[in-house]
Amino acid sequence: MRVGLFLTCLNDALFPAAGKAVVRVLERLGHEVVFPAGQTCCGQAHFNTGYRRECVPLARKFVADFAGLDHVVSPSASCVAMVRENYRELAGQSPPVFEFTEFLVDVLGVTDVGAAFPHRVTYHPTCHGLRLLDLGDRPTTLLRAVRGLRLLDLPDAAHCCGFGGTFAVKNADTSVAMGTDKARHVLSTGAEVLAAVDNSCLMHVGGLLSRWRSGTRVMHVAEILASDP
Amino acid sequence: MSTWLGMPPFPEAAREALADTQLRANLRAATATIRAKRAAVVAERADWEQLREAGRAIKDRALRDLDTHLLRLEERVIAAGGTVHWARDAAEANRIVIGLVDAAGADEVVKVKSMATQEIELNEALAAAGITAVETDLAELIVQLGHDRPSHILVPAIHRNRAQIRDLFRREMPGADPELTDDPVELASAARAHLRRKFLTARVAVSGANFAVAETGSLVVVESEGNGRMCLTLPEVLISVVGIEKVVPTEADLEVLLQLLPRSATGERMNPYTSLWRGTTPGDGPREFHLVLLDNGRTTALADEIGRDALRCIRCSACLNVCPVYERTGGHAYGSVYPGPIGAILTPQLRGPDPVADSLPYASTLCGACFDACPVKIDIPRALVHLRTKVAHGAGERAAMGVAAWTMAGPRRFALGRRLAAIGVRLARLPGPWRKWTEARDLPVPSGETFREWWANREGPSGRP
Repeated sequence: MRVGLFLTCLNDALFPAAGKAVVRVLERLGHEVVFPAGQTCCGQAHFNTGYRRECVPLARKFVADFAGLDHVVSPSASCVAMVRENYRELAGQSPPVFEFTEFLVDVLGVTDVGAAFPHRVTYHPTCHGLRLLDLGDRPTTLLRAVRGLRLLDLPDAAHCCGFGGTFAVKNADTSVAMGTDKARHVLSTGAEVLAAVDNSCLMHVGGLLSRWRSGTRVMHVAEILASDP
Repeated sequence: MSTWLGMPPFPEAAREALADTQLRANLRAATATIRAKRAAVVAERADWEQLREAGRAIKDRALRDLDTHLLRLEERVIAAGGTVHWARDAAEANRIVIGLVDAAGADEVVKVKSMATQEIELNEALAAAGITAVETDLAELIVQLGHDRPSHILVPAIHRNRAQIRDLFRREMPGADPELTDDPVELASAARAHLRRKFLTARVAVSGANFAVAETGSLVVVESEGNGRMCLTLPEVLISVVGIEKVVPTEADLEVLLQLLPRSATGERMNPYTSLWRGTTPGDGPREFHLVLLDNGRTTALADEIGRDALRCIRCSACLNVCPVYERTGGHAYGSVYPGPIGAILTPQLRGPDPVADSLPYASTLCGACFDACPVKIDIPRALVHLRTKVAHGAGERAAMGVAAWTMAGPRRFALGRRLAAIGVRLARLPGPWRKWTEARDLPVPSGETFREWWANREGPSGRP
């Protein structure tokens, strides 16, 4: 299958590993990945901060950048939800976007990608993956199939981590209070790695775990699924 | 009671609240308890989603022909012996109530817990007119005795624990036992004795209503303690101040709403007391009944295609109890009688723009827990984003968002932005508003090839790996 990669601006700027991981997994499964180089940003930060007008050209550009592709896959539940929920209104059409784990399980019918990752991992279901995309147990089903991986339950997993886009700086104190609780729960599991399907949330919780020198790191689910057997 | 005037915008108010460790502990315990109770009683209804959909449809139908239903309600209330008053805003509503209390020759009123009267700051207006208002809901009484503000729609004293309430009763409640303990039964008994004296002497009661039925002219008050029913039945004059959005077309609509409300609010299958009344009945209950129908910004909200969804709210507080922001900041930080997610979309619409109201649509991560919990399916995140477009953005933020949009308009500009970002994250402290990030959190420093370099190299002349 020919699959377009929607990297997202955040991954493009700060988290190259997530995009590389998506490419590796999809190619390992025998699919062709296309990366439209003109892509930039879906406009979520503008839209959610109240800059709807500034968002419209970005949505139109996105539609043009990914035109002609039947499947566009992204390592971000939040950006996929932005496109799926709002593009019909903003750009007149809704491109066929899929979150990475959703694409693997629902479209490709794969629940074991043949990876090995001998570590203790806990999974945080990010809010837009959980409530807007209804990802359910797709990410954890994929993680459970990874050789050597021990998946640990995260207490209050469905509670928001407090990132919230510009909320993280507009309401920094509340954001940090929420992130602190999330990070504390992560540490209580004894996991070496916190995994999620959004690097934005991981940047926030991971930023706290790093500042505390906690010894627990964050990884995108795609990176774990891309680890060599 | 102190008013909401002079409150700072949400971020500053939240910063103070977050530092109050006792408040954090009280809220954590109380919201977790209510969340668990609600989850249990919602789970036992296989048709919960259909009930929610029915609730949404009923309230939408009421709002679509609000004028028709309100006129019908007025007609039925008058036919049943009541009087109907229309109040455009808080000042007009307060004037009407003060006039009615004066006409009854009373200088004290007993009150049923009511959000509408909190919204119009009726108690303060009555006090200014020399009339004492006595809150009879236990939690509202705690707030009143403490010269405090409510911090939750349903549980207004949620920010206080038992020991704090005991101290407050000992200090502020006339005739309270100085040996009073923090045993909930003892505390409730003390309040009961205090209130009983008030019920037996009051000649005027003031209430709100959870629902007003257009078809029959019936009003409905849902409560737990029975103190509301004492107010609704004992005094000679009953004045009910009711927001115009509380009208429902038919009595059959209550079947759905009275199932949704207690499960969402207190996590009970059914609330202990549901009072329904219509006008006046000779020899039974109040001799005079006045219904004050309150607009106070509601018709403005109704004119907004997305914002109007907030008018479906049945004040259950489920959205507060599941909100991760509310759980940490508590209700006072919202600077309004309506806190939490629903307050963040209701307050700016009812009150119009001011620094506090403008900050409220941003008091959310858009996590969506509120939408999932709402018994009438108000898409609160959607309304928040919509209201954010109406806020007057600061010049600095507007400029930054403009630059960001320009950068994202093409890959070359974006590549430049990416290089600048990469330099930025190497700084221990980011400049400008982004400093708020690095004060408490590290930023990842990307090393090695960017994705685009990696992609270009593998697609280069050497071909794919």
